[in-house]
Amino acid sequence: MNTLTRAAADRTSEKVKKIVEARGTSGGHLPRTITLLAVAIIVAMLAVILGNVILGGYHIISWDFLSSPPENGMEEGGIFPAIFGTVALVLLMTIAVVPVGVMTALYLHEYTRPDSKMTRVIRMAINNLAGVPSIVFGLFGLGFFIGFVGHNMDNMFFSDQGPVWGQPAIIWASLTLAILTLPVVIIATEEALRSIPRELREASLALGATRLQTIRRVVLPQALPGILTGAILAVSRGAGEVAPIMFTGAAYYLPYLPEKLNDQFMELGYHIYVMATQSPDVEKTKPILYGTVLVLLVLTFLLNFTAILLRSRMRSRRVNV
Amino acid sequence: MKRHNFKSKSKLLEWIGEKFIAINALAAVLAIFLIFIFIFKESIPLFTDSEIQEEVTVERMTFKQEWYEGRDAKYSWQPNSEVPKYSLMPLFVGTIKAALIAMLFAVPLGVGAAVYSAEFANRRMREFIKPVIEMLAGIPSVVLGFFSLIVLASFLQSTFGFVFRLNATNAGIALGVAVIPIVFTVAEDAMTTIPQSLRDAALALGATPWQVSLTVVLPAALPGIASGIVLGFGRAIGETMIVLMASGNAAIISGNFADSIRTISATIAAELAEVVFGGAHYSVLFFLGSLLFVFTFLINLGGDYILGRLKERYQGRTL
Repeated sequence: MNTLTRAAADRTSEKVKKIVEARGTSGGHLPRTITLLAVAIIVAMLAVILGNVILGGYHIISWDFLSSPPENGMEEGGIFPAIFGTVALVLLMTIAVVPVGVMTALYLHEYTRPDSKMTRVIRMAINNLAGVPSIVFGLFGLGFFIGFVGHNMDNMFFSDQGPVWGQPAIIWASLTLAILTLPVVIIATEEALRSIPRELREASLALGATRLQTIRRVVLPQALPGILTGAILAVSRGAGEVAPIMFTGAAYYLPYLPEKLNDQFMELGYHIYVMATQSPDVEKTKPILYGTVLVLLVLTFLLNFTAILLRSRMRSRRVNV
Repeated sequence: MKRHNFKSKSKLLEWIGEKFIAINALAAVLAIFLIFIFIFKESIPLFTDSEIQEEVTVERMTFKQEWYEGRDAKYSWQPNSEVPKYSLMPLFVGTIKAALIAMLFAVPLGVGAAVYSAEFANRRMREFIKPVIEMLAGIPSVVLGFFSLIVLASFLQSTFGFVFRLNATNAGIALGVAVIPIVFTVAEDAMTTIPQSLRDAALALGATPWQVSLTVVLPAALPGIASGIVLGFGRAIGETMIVLMASGNAAIISGNFADSIRTISATIAAELAEVVFGGAHYSVLFFLGSLLFVFTFLINLGGDYILGRLKERYQGRTL
């Protein structure tokens, strides 16, 4: 059902409801109140969590906090290496996941019929990939990227040295996250492709353009906001995941920033975990801990908010076509 | 206007382009396949390697063991002690306990809010609820873990007088917060899938709005709501950071919700960094990962199947 007919149906049923209510109803208020209570509890929970983090963290945030490294066993100083590591991590992840995700969506939407066997297999894989627990991705990253790919690279090219690639590194962590976020990119791109009117493609094909040309010059430019939405959602998801990077590259503390693809790195989420659970004196690290949580939360919310805005603009455009 | 000479482009390029896209489209299938292979591969020595089997066998992971002569047989997870003990039972109990509390907390709230949003809320209210749920879903799990470790645990302990600050209830409630968005989204989606014509017909026959919800919409959407609960359960079983930070991580078998617990996922996260590559402990942890993978795989397959059937029935199309 498209949005226009749904709106019309909404209006009709609104009218029907009013007529029914004018006729007199019975027993309609208790269920409404109970379910509204559920909504209220959820809103209150969100407010308590956000309020606690904001109140606990806002006075820590300063330029110094954001731009200096941790000091004195993480009880003082800032979180710059963790911010830098997170940004580098999600950038590498984006470079890996977006092209593959977009091409998967293109294949599903532009090249195959929705009921073909191939489509079903790919769709099943995407759905299941989205449901795999994040800790399993961590195990996979360790077993496949480090234990198999990296180890074999070392054996082939660096057999006379210690491990070069067969150890935790930012490239392995970002590739692990890329697999984890693949469904996010595919689903967002597909929604964008669906919103492009068929007529545009048909017009292009009728003018003699090939399928690939149509995709490159008509479909992709139109789908760009949707692809961007997917990339942003993937970044937001990736920035918040800790379990997949624990064994594949994140480090407790590093005195230097990652420079090469096989360096380890510090990351905001992992930094939170470390400070909250491994610190000898939690009371002393608490202010910095709150500050770090606030930074991570603001980062993910800003990203999500941008994605929601882009998506709603895309949807409103579809109605106007 | 720029003119393109389409004819001169070779068909070869077109063919290469299509094949390249098709190969990339297999990435998700390949990923699932590789995950399957590599998680299982690392746990195989558990069944074949005689050196590892001296330390741990499937039988010892499953049944009560008499670890020291003369003492009672019991389940015990102590992989780092002098006599390494790998009973999986305490981990299973811990995982189920946490997930159960999470569901007790999340299902009434998630389904309740979904019913409100789909049945009672006007447009403006719905536009308020949706972003709230999206924000809740957007909170990274490490932040929820942090919150339950620092704030919620103290609050619950002072309210209910728990002996252990970090326990199953604390972890379960935080886990529930992470599960609510899944239950809500799937249940709400299922209810809005029910065609408007069904509702209007019932309303026109004189049913009150609540009677319509209770006797028409809810029964029709029940499979969808059930699959939301199933998918939420899958997430609760697999979620790692929250239970790792908030549950106390003590491998105890008890029915008491005020005791600390150790879940499968938290065990992997806490112990994998310190194990010997390829040793018995390493294999057991990958075996636990395999169990998690298979379990969530089946749950997702089941949940998607129910949802697909529902959509097919009421909208004449598949997901």
